[in-house]
Amino acid sequence: MTAIDPTAHLTAEQIEELGRELDAIRDEVIASRGEKDAAYIRKVISAQRKLELVSRGVLLFSFFPPAWLLGTAGLSVAKIMDNMEIGHNILHGQWDWMRDPKIHSTTWEWDHVSPADQWKHSHNELHHTYTNVIGKDNDLGYGIMRVDEDQKWHPFHLGQPLWNFINACFFEYGIAAYDLELGKNLHKRRRNTPEFRARAKAVGRKIRKQVLKDYVIHPLLSGPSFLTTLAATFTANLVRNIWSHSVIMCGHFPEGVQTFERRSIKGETRGQWYLRQMMGSANISGSRAMHFMTGNLSHQIEHHLFPDLPSNRYAEVAVKVRALFEKYELEYVTGPLPKQVFSAWRKVFRLSLPNKKPKVDAPDRDQELVAA
Amino acid sequence: MVTTPLLPSDYLDLVSPLRAGADLRGRIEAVHPETADAATIVIRPGRGWRGHTAGQYVRIGVDVDGRRLWRAYSITSPTNRQDGRVTITVKAIPDGKVSNHLVRRAKPGTLVQLDQPTGDFVLPEAKPAKVLYLTAGSGITPVMGMLRDIDFDDVVMIHSAPQPQDVIFRDELHDLVAAKKLRLTEVHTDTDGVLDIARLDELVPDWAERETWACGPAGLLDAAEEFWSERGVRERLHTERFRPGIVAAGDGGEVTFSATGKTVEADGATPLLDIGEEAGVLMPSGCRMGICFGCVTPLKAGAVRDLRTGEITEAEPGVLIQTCVSAAAGPCDIER
Repeated sequence: MTAIDPTAHLTAEQIEELGRELDAIRDEVIASRGEKDAAYIRKVISAQRKLELVSRGVLLFSFFPPAWLLGTAGLSVAKIMDNMEIGHNILHGQWDWMRDPKIHSTTWEWDHVSPADQWKHSHNELHHTYTNVIGKDNDLGYGIMRVDEDQKWHPFHLGQPLWNFINACFFEYGIAAYDLELGKNLHKRRRNTPEFRARAKAVGRKIRKQVLKDYVIHPLLSGPSFLTTLAATFTANLVRNIWSHSVIMCGHFPEGVQTFERRSIKGETRGQWYLRQMMGSANISGSRAMHFMTGNLSHQIEHHLFPDLPSNRYAEVAVKVRALFEKYELEYVTGPLPKQVFSAWRKVFRLSLPNKKPKVDAPDRDQELVAA
Repeated sequence: MVTTPLLPSDYLDLVSPLRAGADLRGRIEAVHPETADAATIVIRPGRGWRGHTAGQYVRIGVDVDGRRLWRAYSITSPTNRQDGRVTITVKAIPDGKVSNHLVRRAKPGTLVQLDQPTGDFVLPEAKPAKVLYLTAGSGITPVMGMLRDIDFDDVVMIHSAPQPQDVIFRDELHDLVAAKKLRLTEVHTDTDGVLDIARLDELVPDWAERETWACGPAGLLDAAEEFWSERGVRERLHTERFRPGIVAAGDGGEVTFSATGKTVEADGATPLLDIGEEAGVLMPSGCRMGICFGCVTPLKAGAVRDLRTGEITEAEPGVLIQTCVSAAAGPCDIER
């Protein structure tokens, strides 16, 4: 959001050289993917399934408060693992190279109300291609918020702290609506096209199954613990939603992250694309457990550079990527989770009001990248 | 409903991957070296295993360096093995990813994916009076499955291998000879040269009267087929080929995998199976030699060339192609 382009000091050749260096990092990981990585994802999947099974088992006795607490905590973690380290990353195709039809982006389905194929389109194709390009990347505020000075202010944005909070609580529904492009489709009266109706139906089916499982079948199985199990699954979904919303907010909204104008990506080279991903993402620092629970989206910068590399390799990639940031004198935006969440929320509050001073257009630069 | 979006089987697989009703898998229980570059793998198949007929092969999916690769191997255990285990015997071929892995690195306890056994290279129900087995190298494996399965009154075997120590199952063969259950001629090609098929007249004067099963390199089988045809007894010869003979390559083209949404350039000599796998597309695969039909995939648009014959197949509704022996013949769209 600075008026100064933080990449202005780089020449076109330097940007292409940067691209080649990043390609080399990528090639190195691809050449060394193997048995250990495969064992890692299988272990994570197996642990997630066992944790979910045990947690749901414990919740059968959820009228007993310690059981409720334990079961709810376990189920929350299991759902977070399913969505983040497992679902998000498998659906990115990070594990397709294993050729295991059971762990493949084209066959995987997750514990989430948005069907995998719709999420893959809006996330993998749109967000990852047009990262932080205003008007193209709907992840910038999900169409309900203003998270950049260059986004036009509307009185609707006055309520955005509240919208963001509601979105956090029901994040999976927010994503399902977003993947359906609900706002646009309803607004433009496209709701009657067969294509949209088929997709809406698929979402409806997925919601029905998820709700039935979490709020009817498992509570019923708990018999006398019906109500407490209901509360437990609701809580686990809430925890998962708020957690994933927080992690994802940290990816692109904190201060220091750049956005880009639509025209700036015309004719973008590989090097320029990489540079946009570098400047448009932010990391979360923390322990290994933190990286794991964020599905390694704490390495958001590395993930955006190489969305299809196995997530367990981002930590080693990050060391090399960070060295490149230093070499090319670029700012590596990172910080602990509370700091980044606070930074993102502060922006949500600040930008709910119109910009303070009229914004001066950034002057054109040699390279196509224009910081907003 | 209880486990959505997963299936109950996803959870059962964690504890009982070989149970009835599961996808067919097996567990490697032992690896016994046979020669310097061949080993027998003992597999305990899952409950869904339907059993095999002597001479058949099984498609096996093995994770090599984390990647699942499928190959077909002849079953070498007899059909009536008491403990229900099956064995395959694998010869490591140069650059063979799966064969080298199985022979040198496979560990007991590893799970492998299996298909039901299949193949037409089997013994007839009516017992033939006289039998000839004509084999070379690892071509002995399906025949060993037969030898261990049924005793015939009059069995002759001619087996070629580079040197005596390269003969797989050599001790067992010699035991059979000692028990007068088998007459064996070993041809050691490093010293004797490759078997001239015309020598059959001298080695087995009554060969034309014998029901013959032949398995080995293409050169041997081509020669045998010609020889048997010339004498007008082609129907007595049964052959099994392990690798396709590639005769035809042409111009390639742009290949689209429409279900996955990937488009890549392909030359006219590389099988579409390899092209797809390289591009990260989930391609079904099997023997990789055009016999098992484990890789068939709809051809949605364009044309492909059969690498064995040069024949061109054009897209039509319902046309399926074997991706392991087909290459692009111009732009094409494979439904994967």
